Amino acid sequence: MDLRFRDAEPSDEERAAVDALLGPPASAWDGGGRTEADLRVAARAESQRDMLLPALHAVNDRVGWISEGALDYICRRLTVPPAEAYGVATFYSLFSMEPRPKRVLHVCTDLACQAKGGEDVRRRVEERLGPPGTSWHESPCLGLCERAPAALALEAGTPPKAQVYAPANASLTLDSPTPNGTTPSLDVAGDAPVAAAVPQAGQDGLTLLRRVGTTDPASLDDYRAAGGYSALRRAFELGPAGVIREVLESGLVGRGGAAFPTGRKWDATARQPDHPHYLVCNADESEPGTFKDRVIMEGDPYALVEAMTIAAYATGCAKGYLYIRGEYPRATARLQHAIATARARGLLGDDILGKGLSFDIELRRGAGAYICGEETAIFNSIEGQRGEPRSKPPFPVEKGLFGKPTVVNNVETLVNVLPILERGARAYTAAEPKLFCVSGAVERPGVYELTFGTTLRELLDMTGTTGTTKAVLLGGAAGAFVTDLDIPLTFEGTRNAGATLGSGVVLVIDDTVDMKRLLLRIAEFFRDESCGQCVPCRVGTVRQEEALHRLSRRVSPSLPRRDDDPDLVLLREVGQTMRDASICGLGQTAWNAVESAIDRLGVFK
Amino acid sequence: MSYDRLTHPLVRENGVLRRATWEEALERAAEGFRRNLAAHGPDCFAMLSCARSTNEMNYVGQKFTRVVIGTNNVDSCNRTCHAPSVAGLSAVFGSGGGTSSYQEVEDTDVIVMWGSAARNAHPIFFQHVLKGIHNGARMFAVDPRRTGTAQWADLWLGLNVGTDIPLAHAVAREIIHAGLHNEAFIERATIGFEEFKESVEPWTLTVAEQVTGVPAHAIRELAHAYARADRAQLCWTLGITEHHNATDNVRALINLSLLTGHVGRYGSGLSPLRGQNNVQGGGDMGAIPNRLPGFQDILDPGIRARFESAWGREIQPRYGLNLTQMLEAMADGEVTTCYLIGENPVQSEADSLACIKRLSMLDHLVVQDIFLTKTAQMADVVLPASAAWCEADGTFTNSERRVQRVRKALDPPGEARDDIWIMCELARRLGHDWHYDGAEEVWNELRAMSPQHHGMTYERLADLQGIQWPCPSEDSLEPPYLHGRLWESDPVRRGVPAPFAVLRHSPPVDLLDEEYPLRLTTGRRLDSYNTGVQSSGFASPLRRGETVELCPEDADRLGVVAGEEVRITSRRGSVVAPVFIDPALRPGLVFMTMHFPDEVDTNSLTIEATCPIAGTAEFKAAAVRVEKLVKAG
Repeated sequence: MDLRFRDAEPSDEERAAVDALLGPPASAWDGGGRTEADLRVAARAESQRDMLLPALHAVNDRVGWISEGALDYICRRLTVPPAEAYGVATFYSLFSMEPRPKRVLHVCTDLACQAKGGEDVRRRVEERLGPPGTSWHESPCLGLCERAPAALALEAGTPPKAQVYAPANASLTLDSPTPNGTTPSLDVAGDAPVAAAVPQAGQDGLTLLRRVGTTDPASLDDYRAAGGYSALRRAFELGPAGVIREVLESGLVGRGGAAFPTGRKWDATARQPDHPHYLVCNADESEPGTFKDRVIMEGDPYALVEAMTIAAYATGCAKGYLYIRGEYPRATARLQHAIATARARGLLGDDILGKGLSFDIELRRGAGAYICGEETAIFNSIEGQRGEPRSKPPFPVEKGLFGKPTVVNNVETLVNVLPILERGARAYTAAEPKLFCVSGAVERPGVYELTFGTTLRELLDMTGTTGTTKAVLLGGAAGAFVTDLDIPLTFEGTRNAGATLGSGVVLVIDDTVDMKRLLLRIAEFFRDESCGQCVPCRVGTVRQEEALHRLSRRVSPSLPRRDDDPDLVLLREVGQTMRDASICGLGQTAWNAVESAIDRLGVFK
Repeated sequence: MSYDRLTHPLVRENGVLRRATWEEALERAAEGFRRNLAAHGPDCFAMLSCARSTNEMNYVGQKFTRVVIGTNNVDSCNRTCHAPSVAGLSAVFGSGGGTSSYQEVEDTDVIVMWGSAARNAHPIFFQHVLKGIHNGARMFAVDPRRTGTAQWADLWLGLNVGTDIPLAHAVAREIIHAGLHNEAFIERATIGFEEFKESVEPWTLTVAEQVTGVPAHAIRELAHAYARADRAQLCWTLGITEHHNATDNVRALINLSLLTGHVGRYGSGLSPLRGQNNVQGGGDMGAIPNRLPGFQDILDPGIRARFESAWGREIQPRYGLNLTQMLEAMADGEVTTCYLIGENPVQSEADSLACIKRLSMLDHLVVQDIFLTKTAQMADVVLPASAAWCEADGTFTNSERRVQRVRKALDPPGEARDDIWIMCELARRLGHDWHYDGAEEVWNELRAMSPQHHGMTYERLADLQGIQWPCPSEDSLEPPYLHGRLWESDPVRRGVPAPFAVLRHSPPVDLLDEEYPLRLTTGRRLDSYNTGVQSSGFASPLRRGETVELCPEDADRLGVVAGEEVRITSRRGSVVAPVFIDPALRPGLVFMTMHFPDEVDTNSLTIEATCPIAGTAEFKAAAVRVEKLVKAG
């Protein structure tokens, strides 16, 4: 390829960071020193575009930001046009193309934290560190909602370090954090034991959460002693078609929010004549208020490795990508450890369990982009493109990752396969488990496992509420506010109530929460996270936020707002356009929560 | 610098060009020709015909030379680029065109780009190469520089300038020794294999590595890939033809295709990439000194007789002068008058200072152009012409021998006139009452004379969006590739076998020594076109003007930095240009273009050592030294 480089030189440290990931350069044309042989013969450098995101991480992790020289060097090593690499690097919020301190604090200002005083934390941080932008940032949901308000410090270095502040109350220290996951328990400084996020931990009758808090997440032996890898053995007995049949019969549907039948997805992928097939585990858990996948990955990482192996076996994939969000340092460390251990023990790699199955998992980190959780944006992100969703069709089962048939499943969806195989589809269906992420005005926030059919009231009875419950946000920022607590927590029940189960977010709002501010935060979130690719979403999310600002400023209790208020009319029109015409779910759902708040809670009455 | 269009005729009076009427200018032009012909006979006249103009204009131009004047002294800039390709191909196959179509490069398995910076110099053709690569073809680039083409190649072989024959010989020997030559094809369709085999025997991979600088393993890989491919395309450009032994270079590559049977089949063939939109057509129309329209041999009495009866004038039974010989003949006083149509030899010829001197010795110079070029500024009469691509009707013939219609969209500005009208007016003043009712009438006259164009009516050309020659029939089309006959089992239909050539390595004429230690090679860039007359008027973000490109090591050694002006000196001339550092070069190798002759006259450095067969100069290999400028005081 003929690329135009900027001829900026990388520093030794940047070069070392990239070489540590990619190995030394093969020739002068690849970024190495000029030898006489290089000037006489050269083989074509194949583009390794899909290594772009890991290479950007490598530099950002070690140096804290990505200089022009570093970007140029990455592009030479990977045979990627620098202009495109720049477009990718600037797509992600965790990367900086400008110099900045090695340590950067991310202060969550999202829904769950706002409902628990996140605004105070933000203000205190600003008083101490000045305006946001370099040493600290306002952050979308960090997935630490059960301990809200939360903050996360990331520090570049060798190795990079992280520190969790949750709850980030008065004691937000700025000490240097310890390295991630180098302790025996693969912990991150400041992070509470994962069991603290699971109030039910250790109780009998749990299915998905039964090992969380009771089994050592670093120990494969402990996992096997607690029933691990019996599902994979069962899968080998059933054969790939048998596994798909069980999953179809179980009626399992996707837990990421779209509720598509998992068995049908697997079946369609398995049948594709085009090869290779790819498996992608979507662990880019970024829906505000959602943290269930984090809890599974931190508390029971081998379950995900085993479940991915089964999915790969059923659908004929030799390679799986585990795409985890960049703000999850502890889950990343634990999964890296679990994958390495499984590989060392012959549970990944060639001839797994002596059954002739070849499968391996590559862990890829996101870099701060909500949209990359969209099932096709995740492909672009892994491939080293900007994480923009693709138009469908073709659907991922036909042309997904690298244009090949791909099965993409959420973490919770995948771990559900284990009980389906262990118990059989029928027994599983009789008590189908579902995880809920409960946060906000409750006494015992955390991840709860219920069987389908439990009502919202029953769930809140378990968690206990604080203050006067005014509304519950179901499904996160893309979900809807409800006031009826007798809604059965099923896909159908929530749909009938004009809401969605979504990713299982249950955010309880009491009367101390400023709803207008909350709606503004939702609007700001979508405006910020819109990838900008399609017009309805790019323009609509901005117009929505502007209209909400105007409405919030003008509200006065003495003047009841009429339904034909121009801004309300505009909001509905823009919202409907986004819903009808956006390429992906982000734009299609960006108006949901605001609409429900206006209609059901009368926020602007 | 950019040029303004010529909008009225000019004649020289008291040493300067002044505006004139058409009547006056045409009369002056005709009078000068008459005067010289009367004094010296027809061979004192020479015409350069325009390779960017239409087939019809070129047909009329050569007819003017042969009928109105009565000489075969007609040629074009074709001489400076692909005359060796035409000479080599016609010597082997009887026809001077590339053997394949663009589409075939997309459908082939191995593409060899030899001496071709097509990525930058032939960007349109390279799109077809890219499609081929995307379809899975392996591409090999042979070039001293790691060009844009080389960056796309599966393997780049960076040979020393002027060692193409050793490399081709080593490839041939390796193919033979590996038993990969196509014995059935060689036996059936070629002659001279044994002698050829013997002649390449000394060129072992080791010897070739010493001479060419290319590692033996890379030569071996190229040899095996080319020979083992089911289909393979061998493409070349000026890296092969702008040498003093250019026709031999071309024959060396043709040898490889004969050895492997990669010719005469769909997807397998030989493609010289032409540089002007109609450089193929100019030659096809007979605007060359040794061929009549339809690429028919002027030495064949039967063919001559047909033209003589159609044109009503005897044709000289001998080759005319080619461009190089014309320039020499000017120096010797044998050519005294010249009619240049759309040509700028002052800036495009090697050793340009010598060229200016020779043109200034002419008694009468008529230049017909759309711009007042450096050459036109030397003329006695300047005739403003139309731009062929938008102000004239007619046809062009591209590198894949496809004749395509071009249609007039605009009237020429001011008093500028169509080329054919101008030539007819001059013919009339010289006693030939020519009149053509539009380009189609010219074309139909050509069709009647040229069997390979016979089936191409304007109507069919429009309907089929172009037709490749040969097209003898108005009812059917030939295959897109040439020389399928070589694969016929019937010896009669197979025709004349293709001869292998026994060749000798001959290094560049301009030797490197202590005084001139660097090898200068010249070429083109993406955003500029030849001498810049047509491209310099358009802005380009890529354009950086003329520079001398050095590798980082040479720049260090000379103590110069990017942008610094340096003096470049050859045995013929000396210029000053800023330095550009290009890592695609290696120590000892220097690169320049000839796009900006008004700022840096690169061709005052190049050597006019020409190929004895085709007359093309060795633009690709001059010996120079580069010196840091010493500030005065």
